[in-house]
Amino acid sequence: MAQKKTPAESSTEAALPADASAWRREIELPSERGASRLIMEELLEQLGLHGWSPSDIFAIHLAAEEAIVNGIVHGNKLDPAKIVRVACVVSPTLARIEVTDEGAGFDPGAVPDCRLEERLEAPGGRGVMLMRTFMTRIEYNARGNRVLMEKQRPPAEG
Amino acid sequence: MATHRRIDVSKIGDVSIVRFLDKKILDEAGILELGTELFGLVEQDNRKSLLLNFSGVEFLSSAALGKLITLDRKVKSHKGRMKMSSIRPEILEVFQITKLNKIFDIRKDEAEAISAFE
Repeated sequence: MAQKKTPAESSTEAALPADASAWRREIELPSERGASRLIMEELLEQLGLHGWSPSDIFAIHLAAEEAIVNGIVHGNKLDPAKIVRVACVVSPTLARIEVTDEGAGFDPGAVPDCRLEERLEAPGGRGVMLMRTFMTRIEYNARGNRVLMEKQRPPAEG
Repeated sequence: MATHRRIDVSKIGDVSIVRFLDKKILDEAGILELGTELFGLVEQDNRKSLLLNFSGVEFLSSAALGKLITLDRKVKSHKGRMKMSSIRPEILEVFQITKLNKIFDIRKDEAEAISAFE
């Protein structure tokens, strides 16, 4: 019997870029602080090779870093028996990063808005909002243990 | 005086100028250490006027923002003053998105920030 797909799964397939030259990479990261570096350097290099601007690369770097750290620290709670799976696609017009952890998931709608006056001085709770702002599209699966983020760039003119 | 691994501290008049030694402030262990060193400036060294000069900082994560917010609170509770300067546009945008530009005193460059202490 076919399994029912969550919106994030179906959109992943539907939005795959046709561009065969796109860079794709999937990696399983250990639930350790600093593990994001195992993929980040290559991701940043590929964004540069595919012509993304420094400010776009900054935005994607920040979103990816926040998503991976969230998976490792809040999702897997640094449990060494758990991994965080990261899948990246980079083409000249699309950067997609999907981060899945093995935690219980969370409700992104329940994260308080850090821009509220009474929350401005709270030290945490900014990662999710930065991811949302810097990326074109961001979706969580129903369980809340997987986030799919995309940044789109219009094709170069001429 | 404590030794620092994440920051360099110098003085111009009464103002302690803090420069960050990491170009990318994202490693969690490093951020923890950074927080301890920054808080020590206020809580141990009792410095009242801090200028955080971000020239050379290319990237920082939300965990680093958390340390800056906590530092700002410590400075205020010690009746000190803190300013920031020389922030590159991408990082300034992070401060604007999170509305932290409302609680931080952000100046264009070091000279402007120092004169704002007077």
